[in-house]
Amino acid sequence: MFRARPEVRPATVEVFVEGSPVLVPEGATAAAAVLLAGLPAIRETPVTGSPRLPLCQMGVCFDCLAEIDGIPNRQACMVTVAPGMRIARQHGAREALR
Amino acid sequence: MSDVDLAIIGAGPAGMAAAVEARLQGLSVLVVDENAAPGGQVFRAAEACAPDPAVGPDIMPGLPLIAAFRACGADYRAATTLWHLDPEEGLLSLAAGGATETVTARRILLATGAQERPVPMPGWTLPGVMGAGAAQILLKTAGAVPAGPTVLAGQGPLVWLLAVQLARAGASPLVLETRTVSIAAALAKAGGGLWAGRALLAKGLSLMTEARRRGVRVICDVRGLRAEGGTRVERVVWDGGSAPCDTLLLHEGVIPSTHVSRAIGLDHAWDAGQACWRPVTDDVGATSAARVAVAGDGAGIGGWQAAAAAGRLAALDAARRLGALSEDGFARAVAAPRADRRAALALRPFLDALYAPPAAILTPPDETVACRCEEVTAGAIRRAAALGATGPNQMKAYLRCGMGPCQGRLCAPTVAALIAEVRGLAPGEVPPLRPRAPYKPITVGMLAAGAESLQQRGP
Ligand SMILES: Cc1cc2nc3c(=O)[nH]c(=O)nc-3n(C[C@H](O)[C@@H](O)[C@H](O)COP(=O)(O)OP(=O)(O)OC[C@H]3O[C@@H](n4cnc5c(N)ncnc54)[C@H](O)[C@@H]3O)c2cc1C
Ligand code: FES
Repeated sequence: MFRARPEVRPATVEVFVEGSPVLVPEGATAAAAVLLAGLPAIRETPVTGSPRLPLCQMGVCFDCLAEIDGIPNRQACMVTVAPGMRIARQHGAREALR
Repeated sequence: MSDVDLAIIGAGPAGMAAAVEARLQGLSVLVVDENAAPGGQVFRAAEACAPDPAVGPDIMPGLPLIAAFRACGADYRAATTLWHLDPEEGLLSLAAGGATETVTARRILLATGAQERPVPMPGWTLPGVMGAGAAQILLKTAGAVPAGPTVLAGQGPLVWLLAVQLARAGASPLVLETRTVSIAAALAKAGGGLWAGRALLAKGLSLMTEARRRGVRVICDVRGLRAEGGTRVERVVWDGGSAPCDTLLLHEGVIPSTHVSRAIGLDHAWDAGQACWRPVTDDVGATSAARVAVAGDGAGIGGWQAAAAAGRLAALDAARRLGALSEDGFARAVAAPRADRRAALALRPFLDALYAPPAAILTPPDETVACRCEEVTAGAIRRAAALGATGPNQMKAYLRCGMGPCQGRLCAPTVAALIAEVRGLAPGEVPPLRPRAPYKPITVGMLAAGAESLQQRGP
């Protein structure tokens, strides 16, 4: 679990993680929103279905692949939040779109 | 006619310093970076997080460079990813906001920086386990910190920096230091450098003092580390100890991110001192490809000051090659950045020796998942290597590792090291995986739009 520190970074942007509203600071990524929302996993692996959360936050590991505003397979850690953004976990999807 | 004189990939210290210098020399400059703001890893989101007392003091030194970069007149494209590069033609394919675009450049500088060294160990795929750098990114970009019992395990300067930053933010971690090399042994190996590197050394020592003053608990000589839990990490266990844990942050140093440089086929060499591959460059960043240079931590880990100096050197070389700077002018101009880089690198051999990654991380035990995307264990890779998979490219065919979404960014070093181990070769004898474009996922729609723009451009 992660927590925000509103005293230094006020949470002003409302996004929807798995349909639930979450307030996050401006400049946060969709991956940060997932962690701040306390989601137990952002995706399940295609091979064994094991749960994953973001590992690297910098675009390397692809363990943050999520459906953002209806588009699947996006690296949530590389997407900055915008008001009203919808972030949903995804199941499987062996390969990112090529 | 090319669109720009110099295209720079990466707006970290190397890319920003290169852009400022190239503009001073009169070149037209394009800078692209995936991130939303300039700064790279060290100064990520610096403008936004400078007022945060947890990270502000460490971010401040980057603000002048960022301001100079913003004012230098380069065409800076934030949130823009390089997904293909043709080094012969100088053709860059960029993706931003759901569309692609191609740009041509007379010279190209890769300033793509470093990534954290993968830390494969039992349990590292459990939710709640992440890179130490990842936690630092959450702190810099969102002010966020782990909420429950937090363990920071590994070694290197970033461990101490992050321990202090988390403590300042009221989220003090338990530090488990995995260092195996003694200070005396590291000194003997490095053969000095402490005096010339004293400024950096003083910074490191003051971080350790601050960690202690803030009450950060440190356990040294930790071996046999693993994460345990059901659907999430619940505790960390090591030889002779264990601790409850809700967030486990791992760090065994950083390595050059060579994804693009390997994909375009630059010559690479094994760096035994840093236990990683790096592109072969000359003193000013020129590579085996005529148009392409590499500068900063992407060419070998040196830290941000060395990266900035290397960026300036590569920009001066670009200006010379493109006829904007005479040989004499070049010779005069490179003296200062060369001296800066020498000073910044003085402590590096000592740090490399002191924080050498332990063997258990480079070649993990059989039950450890090495390829996270395809969930391939180290044991499976060892068996395939024994059966005849002589390199990472063949290993793809045997086990699919390297074929998942991360394209081997995370498993490639481990796969190569395991193959070398099984075949009795030195690490440098197993060539790294050759990635392919697109370097980042591109949708079919984006590709179609890109093809159209290419056609419009004509032959
Ligand atoms: C996670 C992490 C945290 C770190 N934190 C610190 C720290 O706090 N203090 C410290 O002294 N050092 C830190 N470092 C070390 C770091 O390498 C610095 O030495 C410094 O940032 C290196 O500067 P650089 O310009 O070479 O690369 P970087 O600063 O890494 O900049 C590279 C830039 O290239 C961009 N990029 C890469 N590939 C592409 C692409 N295909 N398309 C578009 N853009 C791309 C990236 O988004 C990035 O902004 C950290 C390293 C990592 C990996
Ligand atoms: S968290 Fe690793 S790619 Fe997004």
